[in-house]
Amino acid sequence: MLASIGVKSINDLFDEIPENLRAGKLTQVPEGQSEMEVGRLMQARANQDGTYLNFIGAGAYEHHIPAAVWEIVTRGEFYSAYTPYQAEASQGTLQLLYEYQTMMASLTGMDVSNASLYDGASGLAESVLMAVRAHKQARKILMPSTVHPIYRRVVQAIVKNQNIELVEIPHGNEGGHTIPESLKNYEGGEFAALVIPQPNFFGVLEEVDALTDWAHAHNMFAIGLVNPTALALLTPPGNWGEKGADITVGEGQPLGAPLSSGGPYYGFLCCKQALVRQMPGRIIGRTVDKNGKSGFALTLQAREQHIRRSKATSNICTNQGLVVAASTIYMALLGPEGLERVARASHANTLALVERLTAIKGVTRVFNRPVFHEAVLRLDAPVADALRALEAQGILGGYDLSEHYPHLGQALLICATETRTREDIEQYAFHLERIVSKRRLDPPCAVKANPNV
Amino acid sequence: MLIFEHSQTGRGNPSQAPLSKAEVKDIPEKFRRKQKPLLPEISEMQAVRHYTRLSQKNFSIDTHFYPLGSCTMKYNPRACNKLAMLPNLLGRHPYAPESTGQGFLACMYELQEMLKDVTGMKAVSLTPLAGAQGEFAGVAMIRAYHESRGDQGRTEILVPDAAHGTNPATAVMCGYTVREIPTDANGDVDIESLKAAVGPQTAGLMLTNPSTLGVFERKIHEISKIVHEAGGLLYYDGANLNAILGRVKPGDMGFDVIHMNLHKTFSTPHGGGGPGAGPVAANSRLEPFLPVPIVGQVQDKYLWETEKTRPQSIGRLSANMGNAGVLLRAYVYARLLGREGMHRVAEFSTLNANYIMAELARRGFILAFPKRRATHEFVLTFKQLKEETGVSAMDVAKRLLDKGFHAPTTYFPLLVPECFLIEPTETEAKEELDRFIAAMDEILKEAHSSAEMVKGAPHTLPVKRLDDVRAARELDLAWKRTG
Ligand SMILES: Cc1ncc(COP(=O)(O)O)c(C=O)c1O
Repeated sequence: MLASIGVKSINDLFDEIPENLRAGKLTQVPEGQSEMEVGRLMQARANQDGTYLNFIGAGAYEHHIPAAVWEIVTRGEFYSAYTPYQAEASQGTLQLLYEYQTMMASLTGMDVSNASLYDGASGLAESVLMAVRAHKQARKILMPSTVHPIYRRVVQAIVKNQNIELVEIPHGNEGGHTIPESLKNYEGGEFAALVIPQPNFFGVLEEVDALTDWAHAHNMFAIGLVNPTALALLTPPGNWGEKGADITVGEGQPLGAPLSSGGPYYGFLCCKQALVRQMPGRIIGRTVDKNGKSGFALTLQAREQHIRRSKATSNICTNQGLVVAASTIYMALLGPEGLERVARASHANTLALVERLTAIKGVTRVFNRPVFHEAVLRLDAPVADALRALEAQGILGGYDLSEHYPHLGQALLICATETRTREDIEQYAFHLERIVSKRRLDPPCAVKANPNV
Repeated sequence: MLIFEHSQTGRGNPSQAPLSKAEVKDIPEKFRRKQKPLLPEISEMQAVRHYTRLSQKNFSIDTHFYPLGSCTMKYNPRACNKLAMLPNLLGRHPYAPESTGQGFLACMYELQEMLKDVTGMKAVSLTPLAGAQGEFAGVAMIRAYHESRGDQGRTEILVPDAAHGTNPATAVMCGYTVREIPTDANGDVDIESLKAAVGPQTAGLMLTNPSTLGVFERKIHEISKIVHEAGGLLYYDGANLNAILGRVKPGDMGFDVIHMNLHKTFSTPHGGGGPGAGPVAANSRLEPFLPVPIVGQVQDKYLWETEKTRPQSIGRLSANMGNAGVLLRAYVYARLLGREGMHRVAEFSTLNANYIMAELARRGFILAFPKRRATHEFVLTFKQLKEETGVSAMDVAKRLLDKGFHAPTTYFPLLVPECFLIEPTETEAKEELDRFIAAMDEILKEAHSSAEMVKGAPHTLPVKRLDDVRAARELDLAWKRTG
């Protein structure tokens, strides 16, 4: 090969690189190891982390994933293909994505879906940018405090550089929701969109019809932020109010992606037909080949960075394709009936958990409105201490709300999906009861501060 | 046939969902869905067969040589997938306390350390979810830096005309205007134009090196000096890091902030469009602005550093810590490869590219930059072929599919007409490169002897050339039930 190129050594191939740039050696990269050795290392690391009985939701949900899902997804033909630029050599991925778009559009009740964004939080940011682009006049967004607090931070980090302002709407103290009447305060404020979470971060159901109609009456877009599992039971955003939401986004993880410390997940984004040209990300269309045979291709590429560059609707290029493949197969396996059963069981288990835990003295429910599969409890002991004590018993007891919602006091967000059993719930209750009652007997005991916080 | 067309009302997989249909006690009727969503009703076997058959319509690295320039389609070792999918790693909740994830965090911490070494930078954040989000992080950091100094007049980002589309799109997302810098005849940034373009309005320059033209930017020190003297910062698009892995460190070239595409250089799979991972690394000047969370270490414990300890951070770019599963695959890859292996990556990817380039030039293909060495990739132009025979770069690409090769990147970079960007990567054997060269040679001959046949390609795939215009004009983005 060297002779063919006309050089003496591989080093000669680097002769255009200035001498002083040729680096010494890598020092922080260890020597290579065999597959067996690395396997042993990874198994040891995984063992170290152990397994816990999980009651945390807060945007990432532990659902059963049918065995076939990741078996198929990790086939080399899906796993090791690139973005389907060469349509004729990528009909498998393209058709799958078209099927995904169909399922997602129907689940959300919207006209069209894109082929995915990075995750729910960055997807919400993209939907805000999309609404501002389409609105053309206003650059402010109404963001309820019932939206996931980290999503709000992410949106802020992504849109602030374009001088878009987020205005927070406080939540009602009894219901834990956005009170439609409170929106009067924002009339005439020149907003491009209202974000409507369903269920909201507390698990609570919002008055989506009233909120959507209010947004439309005041010349704003309604952006639905939804949990896809919940949509098996709840009115899809396309049917909210008189006209339906304009854009719907959310986190796709519940549909077939493992928790995996936070990723890879994906964001879904759907909208009304009229907004399709403002969408960010890849979109697959069905067309025909030159013999009239049906086939699939990337379409509306004139919105995208590789064509439109600085005028693109987003900078996104690589998205979360493989996780979307998992979701598509997940939805295909479960079907409408299976997904509804998952949603029902998650709802029922959470209610059972709430009922059981609030039977403990010192544990109360915070909000009085209906929920999907999460709820907020208040403890009359420090939540952080209780969670640490539960962890010692192998239980992850929920999401501590004190950092983001200090006004709620010692509040805890809990979740029990279909994967939790009656025994799991009993176990949680058994330990929580001991922890809470002990704390009441001998108050502020010296629990060692977590060195990690 | 679509999955929906296999559907039969009432069919399903009862064992994969809860067996009983739980009661919905607490959701008032007005919140309830009235019409079932359009999801298929099929058996597990039907689903498995359908999606297995679909997969077989794809080209992929596991089945085909895939010399897609700029995308680094190297083999994805199976061990990386298997070990990233160990049950405890998959089951860990993102908001589980650090104390329950010391094994996972150790992998992430070590990955950060390795990436610092590879890039020659001071600190790394693993959070960006792909290359373009890494770019966003980097440019937002440049902006935060200028703002922290009260330096308000810097409104412009410079981008070479050869740059990837994500670069200008990112600059705009970060609130900047974009000014393009032309390239000279040998593929280097035009220094005189750069000098004329910089000024008090310059926030920074985004540069890929080796560039997207498949050549090393030789005047990088001069470029760095010009931009820095004007008060701007230098951003490195690390998409082409494979060419210099272990040989040149971006930090030594004068870059202030860089992103890497682990789904290229660190061999994590492309998955038909993602997920990726685009960690961002910074020198000491920009370190305080890195996105959070970042894995830190106190004594022998790993923990998340957040907004609290990094108050100048540009913030968070996703709900969690990044594409953890992708990062784990990259970590396993790095441990398997090790230090020596990493040095070989740049060597063999460069050798393979230069070999194909030499052999194709010998067979009459026209190089865009004949006087230059190839890096890990190089550019051909079919402008002359098109003038002589009517056969375009697109036609040659489609004909390659017939011959069992995925096409190289076509029509990018935009400034070379009728181009191919060819990147073989280090994982291909010489015999495969020779087969590709032979196929290219055949197509060149076919272009002269039977141009119409080449223009009609592909001939052997599940579909013939697709009507893109119709796809965009008569939008069909979702299947509708008829009858
Ligand atoms: C040169 C270059 N820069 C940036 C990107 C964007 O990376 P990603 O697709 O991971 O967002 C790519 C790849 O697509 C690229 O080739």
